[in-house]
Amino acid sequence: MAAIDIQNIVKTYGEKKALNGVSLSIEKGELFGLIGPDGAGKTSLMRILVTLLLADSGTAAMSGHDVVTDYKTIRNITGYMPGRFSLYQDLTVEENLNFFATIFGTTIKENYSLIRDIYVQLEPFKDRRAGKLSGGMKQKLALCCALIHRPEILILDEPTTGVDAVSRREFWELLKSYKNEGITTFVSTPYMDEAGLCERIALIQDGHIMDTDSPDEIIRRFPLPLYTVKASPMTEVLHALRSFGQAPQVWIFGQEIHFVASEHDISEDKIRQYLTDKNLKVDKVEIITPGIEDCFLWNMRKS
Amino acid sequence: MKRFIGFVRKEFLHIFRDWRTMSVLFGMPVAQLMLFGYVITNEIKDAPMAIMDPSHDTYSMDITSRLTSSGYFLSERNISNHKEIEPVFREGKVKIAVVFPNNFIQQAQRERKATIQVITDASEPNTANILASYTESVVLKYAMSLQKSSGMGIRIEPKMMYNPTLKGVYLFVPGLIAMLLMLISALMTSITITREKELGNMEILLVSPLKPAQIILGKVLPYFLLSFSSAVLILLTGYFIFGVPIVGSIVLLLAETMLFILMALSLGILISTVTSSQQVAMMISMVALMLPTILLSGFIFPVENMPEVMQWLCKAMPPKYFITIVRGIMLKGNGLDVLWDETLVLSGMTLFLMILSMKKFKKRLA
Amino acid sequence: MEHEKVINSAPVIQVKNMYKRFGSFIANNDLTFDVYKGEIFGFLGANGAGKTTAMRILCGLSSPSSGEIQVAGFDIYKQVGQIKKNIGYMSQKFSLYEDLTVYENMRLFGGIYGLTNKEIKERSANLLQMLGFENARNTLIKDIPLGWRQKLAFSVALIHKPKIVFLDEPTGGVDPMTRRQFWEMIHETAAGGTTIFVTTHYMDEAEYCDRVSIMVDGEIRVMGPPAELIQRFGVENMNEVFIKLARAKSTEL
Repeated sequence: MAAIDIQNIVKTYGEKKALNGVSLSIEKGELFGLIGPDGAGKTSLMRILVTLLLADSGTAAMSGHDVVTDYKTIRNITGYMPGRFSLYQDLTVEENLNFFATIFGTTIKENYSLIRDIYVQLEPFKDRRAGKLSGGMKQKLALCCALIHRPEILILDEPTTGVDAVSRREFWELLKSYKNEGITTFVSTPYMDEAGLCERIALIQDGHIMDTDSPDEIIRRFPLPLYTVKASPMTEVLHALRSFGQAPQVWIFGQEIHFVASEHDISEDKIRQYLTDKNLKVDKVEIITPGIEDCFLWNMRKS
Repeated sequence: MKRFIGFVRKEFLHIFRDWRTMSVLFGMPVAQLMLFGYVITNEIKDAPMAIMDPSHDTYSMDITSRLTSSGYFLSERNISNHKEIEPVFREGKVKIAVVFPNNFIQQAQRERKATIQVITDASEPNTANILASYTESVVLKYAMSLQKSSGMGIRIEPKMMYNPTLKGVYLFVPGLIAMLLMLISALMTSITITREKELGNMEILLVSPLKPAQIILGKVLPYFLLSFSSAVLILLTGYFIFGVPIVGSIVLLLAETMLFILMALSLGILISTVTSSQQVAMMISMVALMLPTILLSGFIFPVENMPEVMQWLCKAMPPKYFITIVRGIMLKGNGLDVLWDETLVLSGMTLFLMILSMKKFKKRLA
Repeated sequence: MEHEKVINSAPVIQVKNMYKRFGSFIANNDLTFDVYKGEIFGFLGANGAGKTTAMRILCGLSSPSSGEIQVAGFDIYKQVGQIKKNIGYMSQKFSLYEDLTVYENMRLFGGIYGLTNKEIKERSANLLQMLGFENARNTLIKDIPLGWRQKLAFSVALIHKPKIVFLDEPTGGVDPMTRRQFWEMIHETAAGGTTIFVTTHYMDEAEYCDRVSIMVDGEIRVMGPPAELIQRFGVENMNEVFIKLARAKSTEL
């Protein structure tokens, strides 16, 4: 039995389709990432799973419990961190923890082993008001509150949004450690670079799952050779590459340009020659392995 | 149960940590009462006065001249008939009328009991009070000087036009209780619930094993207790500082107060179910609750003088009934035998709002 | 734009020994940097590192405690009005009025910056054409998809042809395609000589800048082109540069 089983979920707000037939199956103990930009439907899907929203059609089950009929059971076995969650700013770290422990009918001691790693980081500040913590610490405290009743399933809606790079890294390290505890973690993020930290991911755009697999497998499936080009001036290079063959996908990536070649006879040298002929200054042309972001763009192009 | 207690404890922490909430809860009642009790009463000079002096003897003329020379009053006109009193007040020509009886001096000397009527315009209760007491002090001084020399007794009979037996601060206290309970109970609950929504904490609470009823009760219980103590504070301030009497049963008064608090809390929850931001909750509470409580409840403007449509509107306002009840108990000493119909209406409204707000409070978002 | 070229052009923002204190707290500690014409300059730092404070000073919204600062050739102490006329601003949080149409927004902001009606008409037609949005001229902003809105907001910030545009976390959370279209617009604008000043704590936005500075605890810790910083720290991307810098600082809160 899958820990989370989503079948054909549709959710509309007025005219707008937030989820357009989403199906996913997440195994017990898996660290599963839902990757997509703002407005892709991530929050709606998560709210349906934690029984806060009703889908228009389709079914979903958490640990075998239906999200509509069995919502009471689900509320006992789920740890949830909403995107906007900011704890109670006027309560101290410890008061926040105690409060969430109490409403879930447990104590900090009872599940101490599970939250120890975070708790030792929080403990020096336990008398500090939550509002006075840094962004990263707030998120850790929120995670701690979501874990305090040892849930079977952890649903985290963009836990790393707005958090600095260091804290993001630490947060993911924490998430990985819960795999050993048998906790299923379903986490959403708009950051493509976090995809690689998940065991499996789903790419979501406009309420539609474009692809689901392990990050490596998704990358392996990228169908065409991908080149990175560093040349200047940037804007002219872009225009030039877009008219080089069919050029199905040409986008800037930082200071470089990623160029997908659909013709077999295109090579590093040929690209270099083509640009040089146009009086552009070429620094680097290299064939590279695509990243998740390249895959996401490729999938967006298809749909 | 433990969950519930934990929830209530958290709620109290919020309240005690927020000095603004605390000052609204306990500073407001006292400040408001002082405002209505003292500040509105200001010195009055040269108030137009009408004199009716059929006996026209030395005593009455002495008193009249002392009154006019006091600086508080200006003798506006002399009248000769009781029937003239009403029109001069209605036209707003005078603020006070002093009426001597026939044979004033004889009454004072023979019966040692001469009564002067002092009529004031109670539609301005504060002015009326001050003017009456000014008159009283002038007359009493004169009477005392008489008594020393010849042992005469002169009494003052204050009388209010339009709203007899009214005393400013007495009337304000019940209205003030209604207003403040509305403010604390409805406004504060609606804000505290929408705050949880705004911060995203409501999602967590809903997803927790807490039942919606527990969330509501946990939010409401602290405010119930605080509103109640605030009401008691107003009563105490009124009683000890302004001498507002509580003629009727205190137990009944407190019970009715609780009923009204319940009503206001339900309203607060109802408001919070239809809004998702603290600002909107505040606006709705202010416009939809505070203004009617002040304007359409008889607190400041007597309901009887309003156009019929407004009177109907007033009848839909819970504070109107509460103010009537509190005035009845405090000032007239009425019991449930007199106030049962108001109590019944208020109970009905409370029950209706409670059920409606519980129904509207959803176990899911949106 | 290439780094060498950048340095050869004239500076449009000059900051020398800028301090900003709030009581005993030093939000900006001795900042010194230049930003050049046509440069895309990334002003990075974690939340609370002091970058918003500094940006507010450069926009003329608050004054520094001390330091010599010139923006668009005007003095920050005496010519705030001139500075405001020569800069544009766009943030992801606030962009455009949702209940106004595209053109109404352009007319509004054009009016604010003192453009004549004729200028507004010409300029907005021009911007819409560049975006390929001619058909959306009379559409309400709220009916326009999020990605498009962002591009429109950027265009509106350019309506008075400012010398410098300040962008506050412009592409956080948007989809990869929109983000790239947006950065293409920024590159084109910069190529036309407008300076782009980006503040962000999203390190992946940083990689699109010609040059970045990273603030830690009110100080500029490092400055240079992203590729150079990545090389200097011996890491893979800007994210790791940032992590190294922050970890070096300490492990406190």
